[in-house]
Order: sequence, then C-alpha cells, then structure tokens
Amino acid sequence: MKQVLQVEDMSVTFELHQSEVHAVREMNFSLAQGETLAVVGESGSGKSQAFLAIMGLLAKNGRAEGRAMMGDINLIGMEPKQLDKHRGKDIAMIFQDPMTSLNPTLKIKTQLSEVLVKHRGFEQSQAVKSATEMLERVGIPEPAKRANAYPHELSGGMRQRVMIAMALLCQPKILIADEPTTALDVTVQAQMLDLFKTLTEDFGTALVLITHDLGVVAGVADRMMVMYGGRAVEKGTTDDLFYDPRHPYTLGLLHSTPHIAKRAERLDPIQGLPPSLEHLPKGCSFNPRCAFAFDRCLVERPPLAPTGNGREKACHYEGPMAYGKVA
Amino acid sequence: MVGYVTRRVLSAIPIALIAVTACFFILRLAPGGPFDGERALPPTTLANLRAHYNLDLPLIQQYFIYVGRLLQGDFGPSMVYNDFTVAEMLWIGLPFTLMLGFSAFIIGTIVGLVAGALSAVNQNKWPDYMLVFLVMIGLVVPNFLMAAIMQLVFGVYLDWFPAGGWQAGSIPHLVLPITVLVLPHAGRTARLMRGSMIEVLGTNYVRTAKSKGLGQRLILARHAIKPALLPVVSYLGPGLSYLLTGSLVVEQVFALPGIGKYFISAALNRDYGLVLGTTILYMFIILAVNLLVDILYAWLDPKVRYS
Repeated sequence: MKQVLQVEDMSVTFELHQSEVHAVREMNFSLAQGETLAVVGESGSGKSQAFLAIMGLLAKNGRAEGRAMMGDINLIGMEPKQLDKHRGKDIAMIFQDPMTSLNPTLKIKTQLSEVLVKHRGFEQSQAVKSATEMLERVGIPEPAKRANAYPHELSGGMRQRVMIAMALLCQPKILIADEPTTALDVTVQAQMLDLFKTLTEDFGTALVLITHDLGVVAGVADRMMVMYGGRAVEKGTTDDLFYDPRHPYTLGLLHSTPHIAKRAERLDPIQGLPPSLEHLPKGCSFNPRCAFAFDRCLVERPPLAPTGNGREKACHYEGPMAYGKVA
Repeated sequence: MVGYVTRRVLSAIPIALIAVTACFFILRLAPGGPFDGERALPPTTLANLRAHYNLDLPLIQQYFIYVGRLLQGDFGPSMVYNDFTVAEMLWIGLPFTLMLGFSAFIIGTIVGLVAGALSAVNQNKWPDYMLVFLVMIGLVVPNFLMAAIMQLVFGVYLDWFPAGGWQAGSIPHLVLPITVLVLPHAGRTARLMRGSMIEVLGTNYVRTAKSKGLGQRLILARHAIKPALLPVVSYLGPGLSYLLTGSLVVEQVFALPGIGKYFISAALNRDYGLVLGTTILYMFIILAVNLLVDILYAWLDPKVRYS
C-alpha cells in the first residue's frame, strides 16, 4: 500500500513565560492511502496538537520539529506560502466545533467555492456549481438553497456536513478530523461517521480520526494509535487493540467505555488525573495511575517497541492483565 | 431590509421628541434669561420683550408653541441677535462646522481602521508598539491642549501652517484644526480595531480559513475584516458626537467661522432659541449617523438582518 503520510520523530513544544511544555514527543507513524487511523487519548494527550502541527496551525508560541513527509515534501517547518499550496488541496482538516468553525459573516457558497478557486483555478460560477454538488453529496437537502444561507441558519449537524464538504472539495489525499462528532447529538454522530466512511472510500482519502470516544473508533478505524502524555503508547489494528490490549492505559480506556452487551454496572474509570505535561512523572508517564506498575516503571521510561504482528507498545509489563472487577 | 430600515427610521421619532423635550426644559432650569445684562432693562421694556417672545406664558404652553413651530420647520427667532432667525444663524455657521467635522470623521475613521488593523497583524512587534504609543497620545491629550501645542509647534515655531483664522477655500488653514480633531477619533477607532482584529484572528473560523490554504491576504480581506469591523462600527455613532462637540472647542481655538462660536455664546447669553436649534440639529445628525451605522451593521452581521 502506498504511504501518503510518514511522520518521523516529530515533536511539538510550546514556550510559556518561564518554561517549555512538550506537547508531543517522538511521534512516528505512517498513513497508507485510503486507510483510517484513529488517534485516541484523553484531553491534553497531545493528539490534536500533533495534527495541528502537521497542518501548520500551531499557536504562535508553538514549535514543531521532525518530519511529516507527504510524498517527498516535509510539511514541518515549511513556509506558510508553500504550505498554502497543499493545505486544503492535498491535506485537509475538520475541526471539533462546527458552530464556530465557519465564518458567520460569509455565505456557505463563498466559504466553499473559495477553496476551488484557490486550488483548482475554477471560475467563481463553476466553483459554486461544484460546491453545491458537494453539498448534495454530503447529504444536505436543498443544496442550492443552503449554499445561499449563512452558517447561523443551519443546525450543528448541517454545519459539520458543510465542513466535511469543504474539506473534501479537492479530494485530498489526507483528511484529518479532530473530534468531528464530539459537539453533535448521538444520532447525528452515527450519520456523520457513515458519511466519513463512504466519502473517504469514494475518494481514496486517508482519514485520521482524532477522538477520545472509542465507540467512534470501533466502527470506522482500520488502525489505532493510543496517546498518553504526549507520546504514542500503543499502536496496532483496531481489532487487536480492542480484543487484546497490551498497554494498561488502552485496557483502562476500554474499561471506562460503556458496553451495551454488559449488564449496566458502574463504569470503571481510570484512577487519577491525566498528567500535567509540564511535570511528567519520572519513568513511565502512566505509572501513578497504572495497576501493573512495578519498580522499573518508576525509573525507566519504556520505549515504543514492536511486539510482533505489526503491533507496538510502550510498557515494561509483560504479564497477564486483569483489570478491576472484569477479570 | 426595507422593513428593517423603516422600523429604524420610525423608532427615531420618539427618540427625537424625548430629546427635544429634555433640551427645552433643562435649558429653562438654568438661572438667568436672554435679557439679563450688566445694566437691568427698564421693567416695561423687559415685559414687552418677554411678551414678544412668549416668555410670559406658562412654561408648558411655551413648550407646545415651540414644538408646534418646530414641526413646521420653524426654529423661531434668535433672542439675542434680533435681526436673525435661528435658521439663518445656523445656515451661516453650520456648513463650515459640518465640513470640518465630517472631514475629520472620515479621515480619522480611515486612519484608525488602517492603524488598528496593522497593529493587530503585527501584534507585539515594533510597528504595533509604535502605533499603540501614538494612539495613547491621541487619546489622552485633550483637544484644547493639543490645539495649543499644534498652533505653537506647527504654526509658530515651524511656521508650516497658519496658526488660526480662515480664508474661503484655503486648505492649509484646515490642516491643524482637522489634525486636532482626527487624533482622538483615530486613536479610539484604532484601539477598538486592534482589539477586535486580534480577537478575530484567533477565532476558529480564521483557523479554518488557514487550513484551506487561502493565504494571509485573502484571509484578512475576506474572512477577518468584516467581523472585526462590527465593534468599531457600533462606536462610530458616539464617535461622531464626540467629534462634533470637540469641533465646537477647536473652532474657538483656531478662530474658525463655524457654529461653535454661536453655540457657546448662545449658551452663555441664554439665547434659548439658538441653543435649542443647534442642539436639535446636532441631534438629527447623530440620529442619522446612528441609523447609517445600524444599516451598515446589518450588512456586516447577517444575524442582525431579520431580527
């Protein structure tokens, strides 16, 4: 399978007044054409910042290092002008909050058509026509009428559909969706995931799905990368990670997700709080919350290493894992 | 849109009426009258004068007479400049004052918007620091002091522009007074524009625009300016009223033939008709500008349009 994105040794650092925060460290992964990669982790695990860095959208005090190779071009550290030739065309992004991600003062058709005018050199009228077709494709009823509307005249679900249409206009190689369903109703979430699945398949677009919702991952993703404290802690296929998690944190995440087949018991949350990136614990970042931590975990940070079968994990513990009440 | 404008115009009528009423009675609360002088007039003369101008009637009746005439477009006579009606007096001074005020308004608004936007785009770099410094000077120095400094520096020491006075059609005579009026207006506008532009540049929709690869120019021109203008535009109405009141003082300092001279002396002389006439005219100008601002606002923010 052809790789469309190869991230090597990427790190993201934020400069604060007195100190530096390492939001992402030593990130390595590749993304094959047409596949769906889920990036999973709690708030503050660095999952969003990693992809904002790839898009060149870090806040002013943020700095990215390493490589994110799209073909033979490195997106990290690229001049904004050069980056603008690829953003929106080869690599597109959808954000968490559809309510604020569209410009309230511009009509939908303006916000869509400008992408085609910029990247495809379309005439305005032609661009509006294509944009309207794309709106129909993402399941917006009466697309011609909606194209003339302003964002506040549409519901949240409709706006997220507009965002999807906007991101897919140029049929990008890579689509990054940052918590695309978090702000939506549960019923709308499912529709939205179906839409992602269908459209990325149609266009051969590789999808990165950033989320903390494992329910979202299960139905859609081919592979998963679990992040904790700015680092990837486990990688593998979705099936492997769901049925046979090897990292205690992945296991914890799975247990803290409601399960329809199980009796309604109390959920089993992971104890403790996500770590502050400014003061990560010594050794393994997860050790204060880990049920399996032993003395080595307190002093030596486990590297992300292959465990066979194309899987990787960053954990010293090799024994069997029983968790809480669920043995 | 037409309905919106009609509603706005109609809602200006009660506001105008309230303002006229308030002006009328507040003015009459002030002690003294138009015929008080160094030497008291003979009682019979005074009585005749008061009867002539209806000042002997009960106040409420005078009010209705005044409003009745006003509705017919009659501002009444000036009580101090006996040979002139208020309308004639206004006609002498007002065109100049409006020319001065609106020139300063337009120049100041444009300068303020550009300076504010430049400041925001270069936030915390040296052009921003310089602009913020200039804006502070424009804001904190009161106009009568700024006028005196300008006269001294550019009129006397450097002798670049006339320090005062007026010749019809002479632009150099206008440079200093307009500069004095522009500075605070441009300063306030720039400060608002800087703040709102910085806010807009940090919004999610500007991030979306960046993620589309639009490039900085297009992002500023299409995505950032319109929403950034909103708070600035709502300031323009009050901004104009500051400017027009400021121009009364500036006209005095630069000895310009505007309405300012009459307005100030009319207030001191208790020339009821002239003070009311000037105030009412100013009120109409400000109401009209506020109406324009509201229409502009509706154009900038689609959410306002149908509400």
